[in-house]
Amino acid sequence: MRIALIALIFMAPLSLGALPASAQETSPGGQLAQACTSCHGLQGRSLGAVPSLAGRPAADLVALLKTFRDAPNEATIMNRITRGYTDDEIAALAAYFSAMSPTP
Amino acid sequence: MIKLSRRDFVAAAAAGLAAPLLMSGPARAATAAKVVVIGGGFGGASIARYLRRNSPDLSVTLVERDKQFTTCPFSNGVIGGLWSIADVTFTYDGIAAAGVTVVHDTATTIDADKKTVALAGGTVLDYDYLVVSPGIQFVWDSIEGYSAEAAEIMPHAWQAGPQTTLLRNQLEAMDDGGLVVIGVPAVPFRCPPGPYERATLIANYLTQSKPKSKIMILDANESFAKQPLFEEAWKNLYPGMVEWIPGSQSGIVMSVDTSTMTVSTSFDDYQPAVANIIPAQRAGQIAIDAGLDAGQGFCAINPATFESTVHKGIYVLGDATIAGAMPKSGFSANNQAKACGAAILADIAGTEFTPAKLINVCYSFAKADYAFEVVDVFEVAGDTINLVFDDNRFTPEGASDEVHQSEAKYAHSWYENITAEMFG
Repeated sequence: MRIALIALIFMAPLSLGALPASAQETSPGGQLAQACTSCHGLQGRSLGAVPSLAGRPAADLVALLKTFRDAPNEATIMNRITRGYTDDEIAALAAYFSAMSPTP
Repeated sequence: MIKLSRRDFVAAAAAGLAAPLLMSGPARAATAAKVVVIGGGFGGASIARYLRRNSPDLSVTLVERDKQFTTCPFSNGVIGGLWSIADVTFTYDGIAAAGVTVVHDTATTIDADKKTVALAGGTVLDYDYLVVSPGIQFVWDSIEGYSAEAAEIMPHAWQAGPQTTLLRNQLEAMDDGGLVVIGVPAVPFRCPPGPYERATLIANYLTQSKPKSKIMILDANESFAKQPLFEEAWKNLYPGMVEWIPGSQSGIVMSVDTSTMTVSTSFDDYQPAVANIIPAQRAGQIAIDAGLDAGQGFCAINPATFESTVHKGIYVLGDATIAGAMPKSGFSANNQAKACGAAILADIAGTEFTPAKLINVCYSFAKADYAFEVVDVFEVAGDTINLVFDDNRFTPEGASDEVHQSEAKYAHSWYENITAEMFG
């Protein structure tokens, strides 16, 4: 029991430690992303019609978010939301979600 | 002195440098830190999961009175007959499986000096960090004649669960041609667009099943959330069925009499077939008893960390807070929980916490395949939380059926994702 407990204590942080710092929920990008995941699913893996973001190339996500913000061409919630974010914040969000695995 | 953060410690452990006996100083404090969360709704469930996800060796205890949780979001769909109460009800099994100690009891006393929480069952929990997320309670005497007993005849259905089912059953039992009254209190109250979404989904049901019926909203306010979008839906989908009476036109519900089914405003008496009376609200009793509201009814917080401005080491989330521009919504509570969780983990690690922007998205349904939304992006500004932008936050008026259909699909997906984050 004690060994199992020690193993638990050490194994879990080890698996977190395998991710780059930018991929932590507590990193600046990860912290920002917690507002997105309420709709897009934990770590960007969505269960429904809202698109998944996990594992998509950062450059694609940056381009998509900036298009929503700067050149909206249809009525979607993302046109509205992206107006609240700077280029640096968009880059940090894209870095976080691109580092997430598309499968749990 | 160099502070050893959790990540440094983990890195050291990963490098094979650490053995259990090395667990001293900040790392030991992190391991031993105890967090107690009072209330298993959107705020409490979200932070319990967040903390366990990001600090798997943290001790997190969730104190929750009920064995299951029925969400207020999507409960208007139950009242309107779009889906069932089972679809919006969750157990705490997923939270327990995530390593949270779930205690089904009621927190009765917080001792902020001794850092303890006493429970009705006699248990006393000690904490290093306390998160209070009790939701709302009703100010029964805000309406003469209204009470918990009266709510069994004139349901509020503003805490989801049996009250939701009661209101649904009353609507199903009502004869065609009946009057449904919805009484709305003055702001601030939980879920600002909720009463109007409810009127809209009841109209959807009555149009199909009892088309001679009417809905009257008796409102203490002069305007309401997403008003143009609701009014557009009423006009196009349910013409002539919904009447909204603002406070200045005798819309304020002053008293009720359940024995005669009378709802009275300052000038008018109504005798509806179904009366949905939503009273004024304040923070849950444990927050009031602990003095966290400082006599204001809701609790002031540090806008970055959600730490109480009254007691150090106690954090308040969700509907119980005064959180600047953030509305009292499940989405807000979920976002606040993750910000607060990050702040607590930074405090444990001895690192600096910088707040990030938060979001609130609120979808409202007008029928099964027709929804619209408001989105808010927030940032900390001085001692409050402000909107980053104030204009163009809504689904446009005159949007196509296609837009309303996709908003309905996104609303379902939001619900599935946020409830999976908490209860999955």
